[in-house]
Amino acid sequence: MRVDRSRLPALGPERPFTFPEIRRQTLGSGLRVWTAEHRQVPLVSVLVLLPVGAAADPAGRPGLAAITADMLDEGCGDRSALDVHEALGRIGAQLDTDVGYDATLIGLTTLGRFLDQGLELVADMLIRPRLEQREFDRVRELRLNRLLQLRDMPPALADRVFAQLLYRNHPYGHMPIGTEGALRALTLRDITAFHRRAFRPADVTVVLAGDAPHETLADAAARAFGRWTETPGETAFDDPLGAEPPAPPPNRLALVHRAGAAQSELRIGHVAESRKTPDYHALLVLNMVLGGQFVSRVNMNLREEKGYTYGARTSFEFRRGRGPFVFHASVQSDVTADAVRETFAEVRAIRGDRPVTRSELELGRAALTRGYPRSFETAEQIARAAAQLALYDLPHDYFSTFVPMVMALTPEDVTRAAATHLDPSRLLTVIVGDRERLTPSLASLEMGDASEVAVG
Amino acid sequence: MNIPFTKHTLANGLDVLVHEDRACPIVAVNVWYHVGSKNEITGHTGFAHLFEHLMFEGSQHYDRGYFHPLQEAGASLNGSTNADRTNYWEVVPTNALELALWMESDRMGFLLPALSEAKFENQRDVVLNERRQNYENRPYGLAGMAIVAALYPAAHPYHWLTIGAADDLRAATLDEVRAFFQTYYRPRNASLALAGDVDPRRALDLAEHYFGEIDGGQPAPPVAAAAPPPLSSEIRMVLEDRVELPRLYLAWHSPALFDEGDAELDLVADLLASGKTSRLYRALVYEQRIATEVAASQNSRELGSFFQIVATAAPGRTLAEVERAISRELATLVDKGPTASELERCLAQAEAHFIYRLQTVGGFGGKSDQLNAYNVFKDDPGYFARDLARYRSATASALRQMAGRYLRPAQRVVLSVVPRGRLALALPGSGPVAVS
Repeated sequence: MRVDRSRLPALGPERPFTFPEIRRQTLGSGLRVWTAEHRQVPLVSVLVLLPVGAAADPAGRPGLAAITADMLDEGCGDRSALDVHEALGRIGAQLDTDVGYDATLIGLTTLGRFLDQGLELVADMLIRPRLEQREFDRVRELRLNRLLQLRDMPPALADRVFAQLLYRNHPYGHMPIGTEGALRALTLRDITAFHRRAFRPADVTVVLAGDAPHETLADAAARAFGRWTETPGETAFDDPLGAEPPAPPPNRLALVHRAGAAQSELRIGHVAESRKTPDYHALLVLNMVLGGQFVSRVNMNLREEKGYTYGARTSFEFRRGRGPFVFHASVQSDVTADAVRETFAEVRAIRGDRPVTRSELELGRAALTRGYPRSFETAEQIARAAAQLALYDLPHDYFSTFVPMVMALTPEDVTRAAATHLDPSRLLTVIVGDRERLTPSLASLEMGDASEVAVG
Repeated sequence: MNIPFTKHTLANGLDVLVHEDRACPIVAVNVWYHVGSKNEITGHTGFAHLFEHLMFEGSQHYDRGYFHPLQEAGASLNGSTNADRTNYWEVVPTNALELALWMESDRMGFLLPALSEAKFENQRDVVLNERRQNYENRPYGLAGMAIVAALYPAAHPYHWLTIGAADDLRAATLDEVRAFFQTYYRPRNASLALAGDVDPRRALDLAEHYFGEIDGGQPAPPVAAAAPPPLSSEIRMVLEDRVELPRLYLAWHSPALFDEGDAELDLVADLLASGKTSRLYRALVYEQRIATEVAASQNSRELGSFFQIVATAAPGRTLAEVERAISRELATLVDKGPTASELERCLAQAEAHFIYRLQTVGGFGGKSDQLNAYNVFKDDPGYFARDLARYRSATASALRQMAGRYLRPAQRVVLSVVPRGRLALALPGSGPVAVS
């Protein structure tokens, strides 16, 4: 039988998907141990979540949370820095430390048969880091070098200036890596004190997903972390996110000059909502339509119609506090002003004269929901999904309610979310590019003079 | 340890590989065309990759872009081009398998009727943007071009990177696109792998149904490239770039993918620069603190590989110091070989990575991609276990021997990338190279 190419084949019946069961228990210290079985491949992914990240950096100490986390594997317990890494290498483990604004995540993936060794290393990193002066000096130097190199990377520059101008003194107003001045001023005592205050078992969730029964995973975690008890006399961390983000900056156009830049790196956005917003699902769908997938409005316009860029996208960065809505693209220098104009037009249109249509809604909802099981394919994905529940205090049935909640949204819901949560008058535009090539056309935007931001 | 599969070749020459994995209700569809930038010729570089872009712009029976129906079905999808091959993949919910096969087969069989000058012009602009974003505007972004241009003679198809030269991209024509499609995008030159929540019999029937009607085409012409002559002496070059810290690149010719010595040199790369206890990291970054980062890799390819070491000098330190330290470590390795303990660590890491590769059915590097790689390069989709055996059987003396044979000081390309206007920071004796 020949293929019927007059129309696309219809989708078959949807296959049911059961989300992995997460079992939860709490050790005497208050440390939570969550487990999920994933028996396909003989490995285990361990994820330690500490809900303290760069937003908790004290005033004048940007970069403290990140460098503290970086010091954990530089010697701990009975092992020197090199011994830690030799031990990790010998079990073929992959260690990944990630400090975001809201949390520190330490991930370890290893073969199931090495689970105990892997957990012992991770537990030592958290409980008994050596935090030695010699290692601190070296790690700080590497971070300073990294900062130096980031000055030449347009995406990193754009992210940094965007966060600074948008959030200023708010905890989201600096990059997790911090600044050169702050890193130079840090002392080992800052690290030790931060570690003592922030690394408390009662705040930590350890997620284990992999090729062993729940009981085996939980017992292994209890063996490794059972010895961790509260340090007496330490006060709990104040939630740094009580503060409201500041009002938008008066000048909405900022330029970081880069002579001879081959392209302009763009960020356009404003402060938006926190992860706990009741409009979370509506904003996800809105973003799919506006700039969250290849066929979104901004990518189809700027890449596929205009050829201005290799790719354009938008996102709502959902955090514990109010994260930004942001547009990202790197565009040809000569069309920078046009790209900014088109982006503003798309934001205006979706909350104005071109609201989300029924078919766009259906596409956005379908893309989010039909592909949802894909996010639970590997042990590490499962562990990361579970950690999101812990970090944002989401309900236990969150995964199974996700699809019905998205599918219940109407075009009106999404249009209302656009009207409520997008505001063209508050958009801040940051451009990293060549001033000489840009200045004439930027005037045509009628956004006032660009404030030039020096980066040093 | 392996990836169980069935293989069947359709009458038109298309290989169909199927791997069943019912854990998650998804199926990976993965197509390899055995064509890459190595099939290009001088003056027409960047073409295979530009062509890949056009494969997402619609085909005769669905000419409204490739992404829309698949994203609506919940798929993720992408494609990539390298020197040796071009791959395309979708990971779809089980119920959208037929949709993905319909779409892939339509662009394999019926791309050209939907191709227009407007699409071509647009995607050429997109690719030029990609080139500016990822190469010209990125620190050290042009180093790779200088390295391969020095390693391979001008007529050798590894002389250029897959992204190609901007002028060549501007000169490309729609007629070339048509000829390229007819020459290389034929079932006979392709391999289809399906992995995931599907019955192997049904998967094969569906593949036969959707792809069986496409004309198999002629066998693709072989690549006419003479083996690159060995370097007769060290080549030292310098490139100025908008960077803060000078960086040193060392590159050597090395055995082709799967040839004798390939796995050993991959292990040598790990031994040198994977993890803090690797020799170069430990010496340069941890102990002497003369470099801020170091990496080593065996870049395995069909016609011949290259081994590369990259190190960025710490502020105030010189590339000459960095070069001396690297050369010293290499000399020691060649002289004494790895220790038993080092080899154990590298093998444990290599073996673990083979297992980590079994986690996903689709996407770049997933099981379907691996089946196609082994099928296209070794004509054996079941090569996984033998591939692993190459590593398991590597010995300390073989590592030492291969390092000695291939990583010779007198047969390497050395590139210094230095901040603009600071040519004095390059290794002594380096000649300026022009790359754009």
